Amino acid sequence: MIRDDFRILLVDLSIRKAHIVDLPGRETYIGGSGLAAMLFEKYGDTAAPWDDPNQPLIFAIGPLTGYFPLMSKTVCGFLSPYHGQYAESHAGGRSALALRFADMDALVIVGKANVPCVLSVGSRHMEIKNAPFLWGKDVFTTGKMLRHMLPGSGHRSILRIGPAGENGCAYACINVDTYRHFGRLGSGSVMGSKNLKAIALVGDASFPLPEGKDYAKCFHEIYDQLTETSMMSKYHDLGTAGNVAALDGLKSLPWRNLQATSDPERIDGISGEKFAKDMLLRNTACSGCPVGCIHIGYLREKFMADNRYLYRQVAYDYEPIFALGSMLGFGDGFKVLGLMDAVEREGLDCMSSGVALAWATEAVEKGLITEAETLVPLAFGEAEGYKAAIRHLGAATNEFYRLLAQGTLVAAKRYQGEDFACVLGQEMAGYATGETFFVSESLSFRHSHLDSSAYSADQKKQEKDAGMIVSGFVKDEASRCVLTSVVGCLFARGVYTEDRLKAALASLGLQNVADNLAAAGEAIQKLRWRLRLRSGCDPMSSKIPKRYTEVVTWKGPIDTAYMEELRQAYATRLLELGREEGA
Amino acid sequence: MKTFFAARMERCIGCQSCSLACARLVHKRLSWYTAGIRIGSSGGISTGFEARVCLACDPPPCAAACPTGSLTPRKEDGGVKQDRKLCIRCGKCVKACPVNAIVQDELNNPYMCIHCGRCVSFCPHNCLELAEKGQAGFVQEVAE
Repeated sequence: MIRDDFRILLVDLSIRKAHIVDLPGRETYIGGSGLAAMLFEKYGDTAAPWDDPNQPLIFAIGPLTGYFPLMSKTVCGFLSPYHGQYAESHAGGRSALALRFADMDALVIVGKANVPCVLSVGSRHMEIKNAPFLWGKDVFTTGKMLRHMLPGSGHRSILRIGPAGENGCAYACINVDTYRHFGRLGSGSVMGSKNLKAIALVGDASFPLPEGKDYAKCFHEIYDQLTETSMMSKYHDLGTAGNVAALDGLKSLPWRNLQATSDPERIDGISGEKFAKDMLLRNTACSGCPVGCIHIGYLREKFMADNRYLYRQVAYDYEPIFALGSMLGFGDGFKVLGLMDAVEREGLDCMSSGVALAWATEAVEKGLITEAETLVPLAFGEAEGYKAAIRHLGAATNEFYRLLAQGTLVAAKRYQGEDFACVLGQEMAGYATGETFFVSESLSFRHSHLDSSAYSADQKKQEKDAGMIVSGFVKDEASRCVLTSVVGCLFARGVYTEDRLKAALASLGLQNVADNLAAAGEAIQKLRWRLRLRSGCDPMSSKIPKRYTEVVTWKGPIDTAYMEELRQAYATRLLELGREEGA
Repeated sequence: MKTFFAARMERCIGCQSCSLACARLVHKRLSWYTAGIRIGSSGGISTGFEARVCLACDPPPCAAACPTGSLTPRKEDGGVKQDRKLCIRCGKCVKACPVNAIVQDELNNPYMCIHCGRCVSFCPHNCLELAEKGQAGFVQEVAE
């Protein structure tokens, strides 16, 4: 239900109690990204380590969640095990609507359970069940067991971790409803550090509609835009995978640990067109989204003689195809699906896992590490070795995998090879598009290609004007802060213009939030950067590894002097954004 | 008379736009549950989706079980009409439904499909249909 104040469920796993907290701040922090940051400032401790039991794990939705289509995302706020700093990760599935109908704006989990447990919350219940028997189980087995253990089938969301989250991997994800993830920066290990194997969000309440005719009118206008125009068609047609061949054509798709940016011999085997034609089984959707961008691939495997087969269903997208496909040298989409399945099972982030293994493979080629470290042979294009390595990564089997699971640069420091670690703040997203993107991902808040439109800007001719580009980054982030606070899917950013967001908020009776939207976006942006700097971020010291200076894109070689100028200009601006108020 | 069918559920992507539309337009609620049609996985999201919805029993056992006349059979082709004013929220209709298509909210108000078809246009994959009984499922788009 929409309230002026935020309604928070605060669960303390240490004492196994929860209580409802009402907090003001809607006008300034909206919900989602803003609310998560506000709650982290209240409950988190930027001076303490990420796995301190008192650190909060936050899941926040926004005022438009459930009321409008594609308002279907949840923001997770936490202190990241990857870099020890405040971080955000976003996921959909049923999580956002489940929180809405569990009647809370945010779930905040603090403390640490004395034994592995499962938390179940709804509008009329809160329960913590001991589940030591689930510890060590992979994501798939855990999901199957939970379905029978927890209430609310059909109208709940199940968040769970795999072995990677239990073993403190810095890029362990939280799996959401099988096919979605709080993927990046290690929220899965924050759950693991709390002995929390899974969370069920049960959406069992219903609410009266807003009064008056404005809501219905506004809903239909937006719904028609989303479903009756071509604005969303690329997302449900080939999906994000449609970009794979396009980026390869632009010499911007990282291959074999970014030793190349195009591979005409292999690209046709992993293009979005190839996946759609030969592997796409069906689509599925986040609750409240008629677009249905989730593409499920089908993998049939012979596991025994006499024609004994099994089949797997694996969600694919652009990023996993890049990270576990081109980055590892594959030109066969079926093999890529097999690796995605292996990563999913361990509860690892697919992007970081693929990029980390690509670095390890080049390190093997260069003789910096051997099978004594990797335990299995690693070679570009060889799937079986990678499958075994993914298992070791989740289990942190030996010192090498323990270090690699802390981040590619951690392993690269120990074994040499920092020059060719494809790390831009975290393991890179799949865009070798040029200076703008490399700087943006290195420094931006989520180290994500979705923090700004940098990868898209790189694909067009642009002036090398660092000041102008940095202003664009900052403006872009502030406007995206608004969308991730209400909380909408960033795929819908073309439909949810500022005017439409204002109309939607006003139709729910939140005229004050609508009137303050642009200022709120900037306030949220600043709060996020303050938290980031307080937790140890030093933008000036960020490094872009040497490999990125060797890249050749459609524009030619990288202009390293310009890239450094841009990096320094952006870092300077971020220090201003994160300056303490009154300082 | 026209009756509602979840005719092509193998196409369903689980977006729940139908449930949300029913709750919003028919029952004036924001909900994915207190609606005449509810979507759930058929045993985990990897197994696809199924609709919990009235199958238009003729005669309808929920109407027979209703002690106050709040639910009465439609003129023909099965299913019921609902007069909310007459409902005493006893829940007998819920127990009588053989396919678990009626739910109660926290105040015990029952929700069931009244075969109005207002959800149909919200399905992006044309899973749903309002048709004469026996005619549903015959319309098939030709994929390119």
